[in-house]
Amino acid sequence: MDLEREFERVVAADHRIEPRDWMPDGYRKTLIRQIAQHAHSEIIGMQPEGNWISRAPSLRRKAILLAKVQDEAGHGLYLYAATETLGADRAELTEKLVEGRQKYSSIFNYPTLTFADVGVIGWLVDGAAICNQVPLCRTSYGPYARAMIRVCKEESFHQRQGYELLLTMMSGTQQQRDMVQEAVDRWWWPSLMMFGPPDAESSNTEQSMLWRIKRHTNDELRQRYVDMSVPQADKLGVTFPDPELAWNADRGHYDFGEPDWTEFWQVVKGEGPCNAQRVEHRRKAHEDGAWVREAATAYAAKREKAA
Amino acid sequence: MDNAYDGLTEDSEEKHWAFGTGFSTALAGVDRAVPSGVDHDVLAVYCLMLGDDALIYSQRLAEWCSRAPELEEDVALANIALDLLGQARLLLTRAAEVEGADRDEDALAYLRDEHEFRNVRLAEIDCGPGPGGDFATTIARLLVMSTHRLALLQRLTGSLDPVLAAIAAKGVKEVAYHRDHAAQWVLRLAGGTEYSRERMVAGLERVWPFTDELFATHAVEAAVAEAGVGVDPATLRAEFDEVLDTVLRAADLDRPDVRQVAALAGRAGRDGVHTEALGFLLAEMQYVARSMPGAVW
Repeated sequence: MDLEREFERVVAADHRIEPRDWMPDGYRKTLIRQIAQHAHSEIIGMQPEGNWISRAPSLRRKAILLAKVQDEAGHGLYLYAATETLGADRAELTEKLVEGRQKYSSIFNYPTLTFADVGVIGWLVDGAAICNQVPLCRTSYGPYARAMIRVCKEESFHQRQGYELLLTMMSGTQQQRDMVQEAVDRWWWPSLMMFGPPDAESSNTEQSMLWRIKRHTNDELRQRYVDMSVPQADKLGVTFPDPELAWNADRGHYDFGEPDWTEFWQVVKGEGPCNAQRVEHRRKAHEDGAWVREAATAYAAKREKAA
Repeated sequence: MDNAYDGLTEDSEEKHWAFGTGFSTALAGVDRAVPSGVDHDVLAVYCLMLGDDALIYSQRLAEWCSRAPELEEDVALANIALDLLGQARLLLTRAAEVEGADRDEDALAYLRDEHEFRNVRLAEIDCGPGPGGDFATTIARLLVMSTHRLALLQRLTGSLDPVLAAIAAKGVKEVAYHRDHAAQWVLRLAGGTEYSRERMVAGLERVWPFTDELFATHAVEAAVAEAGVGVDPATLRAEFDEVLDTVLRAADLDRPDVRQVAALAGRAGRDGVHTEALGFLLAEMQYVARSMPGAVW
């Protein structure tokens, strides 16, 4: 009982729980699930953008994109490492992902159809991810909080690069401007869905807020994201496909329409445009690489024996 | 901390973006004048040769992104591809500048046709993750390409062209790591399981037929070597053989006993005569850039 009281005291005081500290099983399980889902999202998220590396229309954009996708692999690595401090195993988590037993962010189940999508993902999708993730830099579990600081720094750099690509494209030909607007039209609603269902329908929020694993509700973060994105859209010269989007002086916030939650749940349940493709791609890479991992393990074991 | 971006801003005027770019130019301060007595056209083509090796090989390596056997390896292969892409950009920029025909790195990368590319054929063939190879073939090519390129860049640091010398000095550090990475994997795969050893042997056999081409001296290479700005690749063979033998011996592997792929009427990659693979690679790499004339990226 003393251990539990100490845990609650540390969390309530906004101090960090570290791997060797006592923690409730529920806290450990919730964290493993949340961090693993985040790690899976980074790894699956390599695919939609990786789709354009070979076709990037300038060498500078190719370098930026390849570096960005590489960063995502790095984020996945440190997040999986954070789950290992909680007793999880990276290989097992990967099995769960490729068998469809653990989820990743649904946003990556949408296709990237033009090069403008690369910029829009940087601006809107990474922007939404940053809104979600910045509060996690102060989350109660130390290794997660520290990983998130680094992830957020890099995400924010990616966002800047994405927006800069769009600014450049908007200064180009009419065909390019149309391409940017068309990509914004496709990604706006899915990006709003990245904050999860409305608070009234969100099951895990209360306990997670108490544990300081989550620090703001879905609707709070969604509002913040809309408020930040509208001025950026104006500066860029694009519009969001929402007739209800308008400044509300009384609230001091933008009003906006309701995302299509039916579509959201469809994609979550596996019926999105790319769900099967993304998991299959990851499964194939994992299985094709099995003999290489086995070889590395066998070689290390032989070396150890010889030493 | 109500604004997510404010929390990340460091010394920036732009509150809605976190972190500045703060990049420095790789070759800042280097004298870009072509040394006197050096033929501009010859030097430009030589820069294309070394730049195209890096560009086309980088394009191949980047195909592994999100497909590597392990996340650490995904990061490593992307890193190597990025290093080579960086070298390619500096070399193509130098080629464009020396050529003086109002082209830039992107015009050279995206608007030339197959026969204008000067890379060796080993850079362009599919060694995996496509059907032309696998991870072991990829490692075999990395060992061969990086051993060749490291020896070349080490000599090139003494080039009379200060730009090539600076590019080489930067590249030596990078490619030394590429070679080390490849050598370690050759040891692991050859000494891992029976299956991985078979794959490693097969991988070396796949790439070995293209090795002689790396050391065949083209007239342009002979000319730049003579002028003191470039390297005659034939002079790299002994060092290459020594390094390869050392790695293969440590891995308890024999040199592949396979025939070389001949040149076509004496002409190969350095002359713009390629394998069938390059056309597809370029079609994919170039189509967005070519389909939107006048666009800015």
